[in-house]
Amino acid sequence: MNQLLSSKALSAVPLMRAEGVTNLSRRSFLGFGTSALVLGALLPGLPRIAQAADAAAVKPGTRVPAFLVIGKDNTVTLLSPFVEGGQGISTGLAQIVGEELDVHPSRFTVECAPPGPDYAVINGLRMTGGSFSTRSSYPLMRKLGATARDMMIRTAAKRLKVKPESLTTEDGHVVHAASGKKLTYGELAAEALALTPNDSVTLRDPATFRYIKQPVARLDVRAKSTGKAVYAIDQKLDGMLYAAVQHAPNLGTTVESVANEAAVAGMPGVHSVHRLPGAVAVAADSWWRARKAVEALQVTWSKPAATGFDTVAADYSSQGILAALKANTASGPSAEAEGDVAAAFANAAKVVEAEYDAPYLAHGQLEPPSSMARFNADGTLELWVPNQMPELFQSVAAQASGLPPEKVILHTPILGGFFGRHFLYGSSNPFLQAIQLAKATKRPVKVLWSREEEFRMDAVRPLSFSRFKAALDKDGRPTAIQVRTVGEGPIGRWFDSVFPGPVDSSAVEGITEKPYAIPNRSMEFVKVPHPVTIAFWRSVGHSMNDFFYEGFLDEIAVAGGRDPFELRMELLKDKPRHTKLLQTVAAMSGGWKRGPYEAEGGKRARGVSMASPFGSETATIAEVSIEGGETRVHNVWVAFDPGSIVNPAIVKSQVESAVALGLSATLFEELVYKDGVRQSHNFDEYPILSRRSMPAVHVEIVESGAPMGGVGEPGLPGVPPAVVNAVAALTGQRIRSLPLAKAKIDV
Amino acid sequence: MTTIHVNGRTYEVAVEADTPLLWVLRDTLGLTGTKYGCGIAQCGACTVMIDGTATRSCQVPVDSVGTADIRTIDAIDEDPVGRKVVEAWVATQVPQCGYCQSGQVMAATALLKSNPKPTDGDIADAMTNLCRCGTYNRVASAIRQAAG
Repeated sequence: MNQLLSSKALSAVPLMRAEGVTNLSRRSFLGFGTSALVLGALLPGLPRIAQAADAAAVKPGTRVPAFLVIGKDNTVTLLSPFVEGGQGISTGLAQIVGEELDVHPSRFTVECAPPGPDYAVINGLRMTGGSFSTRSSYPLMRKLGATARDMMIRTAAKRLKVKPESLTTEDGHVVHAASGKKLTYGELAAEALALTPNDSVTLRDPATFRYIKQPVARLDVRAKSTGKAVYAIDQKLDGMLYAAVQHAPNLGTTVESVANEAAVAGMPGVHSVHRLPGAVAVAADSWWRARKAVEALQVTWSKPAATGFDTVAADYSSQGILAALKANTASGPSAEAEGDVAAAFANAAKVVEAEYDAPYLAHGQLEPPSSMARFNADGTLELWVPNQMPELFQSVAAQASGLPPEKVILHTPILGGFFGRHFLYGSSNPFLQAIQLAKATKRPVKVLWSREEEFRMDAVRPLSFSRFKAALDKDGRPTAIQVRTVGEGPIGRWFDSVFPGPVDSSAVEGITEKPYAIPNRSMEFVKVPHPVTIAFWRSVGHSMNDFFYEGFLDEIAVAGGRDPFELRMELLKDKPRHTKLLQTVAAMSGGWKRGPYEAEGGKRARGVSMASPFGSETATIAEVSIEGGETRVHNVWVAFDPGSIVNPAIVKSQVESAVALGLSATLFEELVYKDGVRQSHNFDEYPILSRRSMPAVHVEIVESGAPMGGVGEPGLPGVPPAVVNAVAALTGQRIRSLPLAKAKIDV
Repeated sequence: MTTIHVNGRTYEVAVEADTPLLWVLRDTLGLTGTKYGCGIAQCGACTVMIDGTATRSCQVPVDSVGTADIRTIDAIDEDPVGRKVVEAWVATQVPQCGYCQSGQVMAATALLKSNPKPTDGDIADAMTNLCRCGTYNRVASAIRQAAG
C-alpha cells in the first residue's frame, strides 16, 4: 500500500473501481442505468472534477481559507483532509497546524472537509488509509499553519501601523511587545485570510516545539465518553424515512419474486417496499419496523452458478478456494529477485519447505454501516456517508444519480471504527441504496444495515496462501529463500488502473522487502482472482504475510539449530535501525529468552518477529502459555520505529490497538465460506478479541529520524508471527494456518 | 402506548410491545448516545442501566421494563459515579473510535455503583463489552482510577 506514495498516483486515472467483480453488471447493481464507471473525477487538475474551473490552479494543502475558519470569537476550526475514525488524526493535525499557527491544539475544532481539490494531500490523492495521514501531510500542514500565522502578522502590522518584525504571536493573538497591544486572530482573520500567501514562510525550529511530540490530550475523548459524539448512524433529518435491507444470500444473485409484498406493505409503520439490485428494502417510520418488515419479506432469489470460481457459486467454499490456490501450477511474474537461487539450493546443506495460509476476515468495526440521502429543493443531492475517500464517493454518487458532481454535497461523519471498511467496495457500501430509496420515496432516507447484513456484505481481507522454500548452509544460515504467493490483493482489485503492474504489492508486501541478509531470493506472484468482494484490512498484505514469513524464518532457525532471536540479529547485523529495535524489544521484555520456562505456576515461552510495514519498523515479542488447549497471550512487547512522531500518547494507543486486532486475528477470526455463503452472521459466530484474552501490551517508541512512517497499522503485522513462534517454542507445534482457535494445541 | 421512565422523565411511546428498548431510545426518543452494535446482546454497545443494573437494551422488549428507572449515557453527567467514571475515561484517554464507549462507561458506572472497590477479577467479570479498537487495558485502568 506504500506504493500509493509513488509519483504514479498523480497521473493515475481512473483511480478506484466501484465494482471489483467484473462479471457483475454495474448497471444491474445500481439500478440507475448508469454505464461503466470512469472515475476520473477524483484528482485535482482533471477536467472531470467538480471544481474544474479552478482545480487546475489548486496546489493541495496550500490555500489557507480552505483549511482554517477563525471566528470573530477566536475559535479555530480546521477542515481536515482526513476522516477521524479513532486513529487520532484530528488531534494530530491540530498539533501540527497549531504549532506553527501558534494556537493551542485544545482550542481547535476539527471537521472532515467536504470534497475539493485542496485536500488531495497524499501525492495528489485524498484518502484516509494506508497509514498515510500524518506522514503525507506533516510538512504541508506545518507550512499551512506558518503561512496563516504570517498572514495574521501582516494584517496586524497594517492595522497597528508597525513593522511586521516588531510583532510576535501568542496562542491565537498577535502581540506588539513595545506598545503592549494585542489583537486576536479572530479580529484579524477576515482580512488576513484574504491576503496572498507568502510563499517563503519560516517554520518553527523543532527544538522549540511546544505541541508536536507532546502527548496532547485527544480532542474527541470527552464527547466519546459521554455519548455526545455523533456518528453516521446517529444522524437524522426532518421527514426522514428509516430503511432496512435484506440482501441476496448469494452474492451476485437478484430478486426474482416476492410472495408477500402487499402484506408486508401493510405492516405497522411501513411506508414502502422496494426491490434493489441484489436486495429488497423497506422504508418505514422507524428502523425497527423497517427491519421487521424487510425480514418478513418472502423473496425468491435467482440461482447462483452451480460451480466454478468466476462467481461466488453455489458450491463456493474457503476450503475450495484454498485448495485451488495450493493446486495452481501457473507461473507468475517476479515480485523480488536477487542472486542465484538455483545455485544456492544446489549447494544447500539442508532445505526447508512449508505452506502458509490465512483466512478471509471481516472488519467487524462496531458501528454498522449506514448512509443518509436527501434530494434538496435546489436540485442538489446531500449525503451523509461513512467513507475514506470523499471525492470518490461524491463522484460515484453523481454518476448514480445523474447529477454533476458539484450538485452532490457529501458529509463525512466520524467513523465508529474502520480498519479499511469504508473504501468503495461495490455492493459493500450502503450509500447507493440510500440514494435510490430517497429518489423512489421522494423523502430523505437513512439506510442502516443490521449486523447480520453487514456480515453478509462486508468486503473481506483476502484468504491468502504462500509456499516457502529455503536453502540452509552447514551452519544453519539461510542462503536462499523462495516464495510463491498465489491469490489476489485489494490494490490489484480496486486500484488496478493506478498500478497496472503484474505484481500486486498488497498481495506480497511483508514477503518482499524484508531486511534480512539472505543473499539469494526469488519471490513469485501468481494472480488468482477471488469471486468475493475483497478489501483493505488493517495492515493489508502485511496482516498475513509477515506471519507467513516470520513464522517460516523461525522454522529456518529451528531446522538450522539456531535460536530465532540470534539468527535475526545475525541476518540484520548490517542494519542498525533493525538491530536497535531487536535490542530494544529484548531489553523491554527483560532480555531475550525463548523458553519454555516456568512462570506463575505454568509453562510459558516467547516468540519474536520483525515487520517493516507502511514505512515504519517494528520488533515484537509475545509471551504465551497454553491453557486447556487454548493459547493464552500474557504479554506483548513492541519496539516501534516510525522515524519520527507527532503525539507519543496517540502513537502508543494506536500500537496497543493494532496489537489487539492482530491478536484477535491470530487467535479467533475467520470468515468461512461454505456452500456459497458466509457461515458467520454476527459476533456470536465470529468471535473477536474480548477483555478475557487481552494481554498486557508494552510499547516503546524509537525515533530513528528516518523518514516519517505510518502509525495506525504497523503495530499489527508482528503480532501473529510472534504469538505463533511462541506457541512453537512452547509446544514444538508449528501453526501454518490461522486462526489458532481451529488448531488442537497441547503442551 | 407504553409508559417508560428514562433519565428521570416519563415518556409515552407508541410502538409495538416487543420493540427493543434500544430502538425506542434511539429512534423514538432521539437518545442516540446508546449505540447499536450487534442486536443480540453480544457486544454491549447498547448498555444502559435499568434500576442500576447494566443491561443490554437491544434484547429488552420495551413492554418488559414497566416502571423501572432507565438511565442512559445521555444523562451520565447527572450521576455522581458516572461523572467520576467519565473523568477517569478522559484522564486515561480511553476512547479511540469511541463507538463502544457509551456502553463501556455505563457498564463501568453500574459496576462501581454496586461495588465501589472492584478487584481486577470483578472488573473482568463485569466488563464484557467488546471493543474493536482494543481499549480493554485502558478501560480497566480507568475503572481502577475512578474507584480511587
